[in-house]
Amino acid sequence: MKRTPITHAARLVFQRDLTLAWRRWDEVTQPLIFYVVVTTMFPLATTPDLSQLRVISGGIVWVAALLASLLALEALFRADVEDGTTEQWVLSGQPLGWLLLAKTAAHWVLTGLPLVIMSPIVGTALGLPGEAWGALVASLLLGTGTLSILGGIGAALTVGVRRGSVLLSLLVLPLAMPLLIFGSRAVGMAMDGESPSGPLQLLAAIFFLSLSLGPLAMSAAIRISVEN
Amino acid sequence: MWLWFHKLASPPHAYRLLGRMAPWFGWPALGLILLATWWGLFKAPADYQQGDAFRILYVHAPSAWMSMFTYVVMAVAAAVGLIWRIKLAHAASAACAPIGASFTFLALATGSIWGKPMWGTWWVWDARLTSELLLLFLYLGYMALRASFDDPQRADRASAVLAIVGVINIPIIHFSVKWWTTLHQGASVTKLAKPSIALAMLVPLFIMIAGFQLYFGWAISRRLRGEILRRERNAGWLKEAS
Repeated sequence: MKRTPITHAARLVFQRDLTLAWRRWDEVTQPLIFYVVVTTMFPLATTPDLSQLRVISGGIVWVAALLASLLALEALFRADVEDGTTEQWVLSGQPLGWLLLAKTAAHWVLTGLPLVIMSPIVGTALGLPGEAWGALVASLLLGTGTLSILGGIGAALTVGVRRGSVLLSLLVLPLAMPLLIFGSRAVGMAMDGESPSGPLQLLAAIFFLSLSLGPLAMSAAIRISVEN
Repeated sequence: MWLWFHKLASPPHAYRLLGRMAPWFGWPALGLILLATWWGLFKAPADYQQGDAFRILYVHAPSAWMSMFTYVVMAVAAAVGLIWRIKLAHAASAACAPIGASFTFLALATGSIWGKPMWGTWWVWDARLTSELLLLFLYLGYMALRASFDDPQRADRASAVLAIVGVINIPIIHFSVKWWTTLHQGASVTKLAKPSIALAMLVPLFIMIAGFQLYFGWAISRRLRGEILRRERNAGWLKEAS
């Protein structure tokens, strides 16, 4: 029997997840709505004064984006583990890390990317000046990508656990703090008219680190969750 | 060498060995901690800036050191358990977590008490305090993950993966928090002048750290024995031993 090359298998996984998401559109839009709702809460809780909101707007957008993409991550592997798809992947002989990475990438396209596209609008509503858009989008692109991988590890660990969503946040949020620090810092520097390249490069470094080591951890975690 | 290693990893042998070792850690630990307490409180000179308030350092610094040391021990034990599938290593990793979390909490509490006379507030978003707080969250996450599995073997292996991911992240978290405060606050917070500490103050600190290390040895021996008892509660050798 001819073996399917891994690039082809990964592409199939990617396409399958996009197709599935297209059929259940509401699950994709829910984190986005959550994102907007959370950012609405900050002006209500603090002040409607745009000049004051502007100071913390980068931080608000970043916190809301982290929470929204974390919310979406909970369901990342659940359906596939429950119906036995993941078990077949483990048995297929294909490198499991690549398949999981393809799945995470599809998940990012469906949840991370819309958040990034949405963020300048949300930021503007909070008084974020136009010159910080570039830094906001760039930092969120790198940050949500890293978060998808970190969250993928967490989701793979908690997939068989009761009440996994609270646990997932507890596991992943401390690990995501560096992203928050560098991301909101990049936005803040761009707002002050400085070049945000320093924090952005650090974010990129963390992204590539998690891209290289993350799939290993993810596949180890999935094997543990599936074996028993 | 390998025979010795396998013997060590067998629960009955480890149970007996830990029981014999515990007092050899416990009594010296008690002695050193009492000595360092007396030395630190009465014999070490008062700080020219902070007066007597600095003496809490003798609890704060060793517990901060131990909080990180314990995490590394926990992650190494977890990795050993995951790679060579040694159940005892997983048990050791599980036994480390509450000890490490307690040290972290102690470091945070003493740091906060220290901050009140020095900075005028109970809490300052200082780099060391914040990264210590994040370390506490990592410990709590590890224990929460472990507690949420019914099957102990799955709990062992899942939490081992988390401990290893955490130990890779600790330096990243530490440095990002450090840069975050230097970028935001500048010199508004008075940093403790670490290297310029006088030798007369340093001696009791080292004694205290040695005492804390030995205490860790005692606590891990006791906890690991408890962990072995819990895991092997249906095993035959326990009935024979009791």
